[in-house]
Amino acid sequence: MSARDEILARIGRAVAGAQDVEIPRGYRTTQQVEDLVGLFAERVDDYRAIVHVLPAAEVPAKIDEIVAGRRMIRPGGDGWEDLNTADGVVTSCAVAIAETGTIVLDHGPGQGTRAQTLVPDYHLCVVRADQIVSGVPEAIARLDPARPLTWISGPSATSDIELNRVEGVHGPRTLEVIIST
Amino acid sequence: MSATFLGMPGNFPKNAEKAVQNSQLRFNLRKATHTIRGKRASVVGELPDWQELRAAGKAIKDHTLRNLDRYLVQMEEAVTRAGGTVHWARDAAEANRIVADLVKATGETEVVKVKSMATQEINLNDALAAEGITAYETDLAELIVQLGDDFPSHILVPAIHRNRSEIREIFLEKMPKVPDNLTDDPPALAEAARLHLRERFLKSKVAISGANFMVAETGTLVVLESEGNGRMCLTLPRTLISVVGIEKLLPSWRDLEVFLQLLPRSSTGERMNPYTSMWTGAVEGQDFHLVLLDNGRTDVLADEVGRQALRCIRCSACLNVCPVYERAGGHAYGSVYPGPIGAILTPQLRGMGSDLDASLPYASSLCGACYEVCPVAIDIPEVLVDLRAKAPHAAAERAGMKVAGWIFNDHTRLAKAQRVATRLRKLVPKRLPGPLSAWTDTRDIPDIPEESFRDWWERNERA
Repeated sequence: MSARDEILARIGRAVAGAQDVEIPRGYRTTQQVEDLVGLFAERVDDYRAIVHVLPAAEVPAKIDEIVAGRRMIRPGGDGWEDLNTADGVVTSCAVAIAETGTIVLDHGPGQGTRAQTLVPDYHLCVVRADQIVSGVPEAIARLDPARPLTWISGPSATSDIELNRVEGVHGPRTLEVIIST
Repeated sequence: MSATFLGMPGNFPKNAEKAVQNSQLRFNLRKATHTIRGKRASVVGELPDWQELRAAGKAIKDHTLRNLDRYLVQMEEAVTRAGGTVHWARDAAEANRIVADLVKATGETEVVKVKSMATQEINLNDALAAEGITAYETDLAELIVQLGDDFPSHILVPAIHRNRSEIREIFLEKMPKVPDNLTDDPPALAEAARLHLRERFLKSKVAISGANFMVAETGTLVVLESEGNGRMCLTLPRTLISVVGIEKLLPSWRDLEVFLQLLPRSSTGERMNPYTSMWTGAVEGQDFHLVLLDNGRTDVLADEVGRQALRCIRCSACLNVCPVYERAGGHAYGSVYPGPIGAILTPQLRGMGSDLDASLPYASSLCGACYEVCPVAIDIPEVLVDLRAKAPHAAAERAGMKVAGWIFNDHTRLAKAQRVATRLRKLVPKRLPGPLSAWTDTRDIPDIPEESFRDWWERNERA
């Protein structure tokens, strides 16, 4: 018997006669949040990332100001290409979660490949206000599982030394977020 | 190469006795477990629907386990459709064989690894080494353990037993090109690890990972991490091999909305861990292989009481609140799964044939703190008690329990026995002789009263 058939047969024997289980979903699937932008900004800031909240019209100038003099990867546009010598990367995102201060990339247009937002030491991410949802369930509902997804909550960190949080190990050590309103 | 737990001698009481004499270890453990316990409590307290999430998490896992065969087949179909290859492994040897052959087929002799409990459980690194393949751990704590030729002692923070100055010593001794003036400041130590691994990430062609979750409906694998070493391994190499226990399955994409709230808050005490990667099949030109691992899980599934251990999402909250773990440390459990969850999982996965494994169900005071914090409501005390009944017992203990059962079964027998005991009370020694001494080595014999309560009642109330 193949390993596959044997494992499946063993499972069948192990659970024979067991009752099935209903799944209660009494948890919140959405929340009333007065100020989504404010809550998201506060929660991102808690991870010691840099946060700006700006009207949409002022965003391009702010990006130019931040990236000036840096070798930046700009997915879908002109910019530095070599991952290893780039100073940073600037992307958009797919969804953002206010309650947890999380940005989700689905690596669609403007979001680059997974490596482009990983290898450089600095990540600037532009989040549109209408991309912010209140909690995790709404984000899951908006995302497409067929795409590769990267959920980012603050800069790279470790708590492996005496459980003290240290920002910056292998991923970008600096995360900067512009919320465009 | 880090050391292996297989065939570890001793038993829990002996290992624990040694460990509690190490005051540095106790200090490190107390500091670390109390820090994370506080963080967990505060972020769990932020969610008004925590108990509802916990109930959903429990039910989703139970439903999955009940229908595991069907969902595994669905997972296989979804991964295959998305360009991945699925392999099935009955046990550790078969899984190791599959992984070694896949690595050899690439022509590579070095692989990078994401922290994974499943690959530790099957002792993959040693199996690969025997085939001439070097596996490099990339998680900071795993790196500390591997460089120190040490055992992991915590599910989430394998080097929890090491403090910063011990870590500095290990780096200075074992890490090539580390600066001599390395301090024991945690950011400096993290920077050293970053430099040490960067080149390796960029040139590695093969990576091996586990997964926190896999979704049957979509074929998606999910890895939660903090440092970015996981993203490096999952993203950069040409070939990715994921070894995943069959119980890691979730039926639907939607179920992630529950577990992505339960796991980070229970585990690191954060609202969300820094990085979560999700991928479905072969992505961005990668070769993807999924190895589905049984290795004793179907035996656990067959046990009506014990099967709830398969709900475990490896958050380690139960370790951080356990008074026994806090004092004995992870090594005393002699397994990659220490603490309360290890005390019920290890004897079920490995059987209770060895002294060590038979002693694990006793590595608990049954205080129940582990059950309280468990995000999928595993009733660890219930399983511990059930396993104690199943563990092998000494002939003297079995005979004693038989006699006690016979006496307690009939009130006239009990009354007679109590009167005999009262008369002989002056003769009872402080410690019992022969094989019975095992009982009194760790307990005082309770004082026998001059008169039993039954007799006192008879004399006072009936009159």
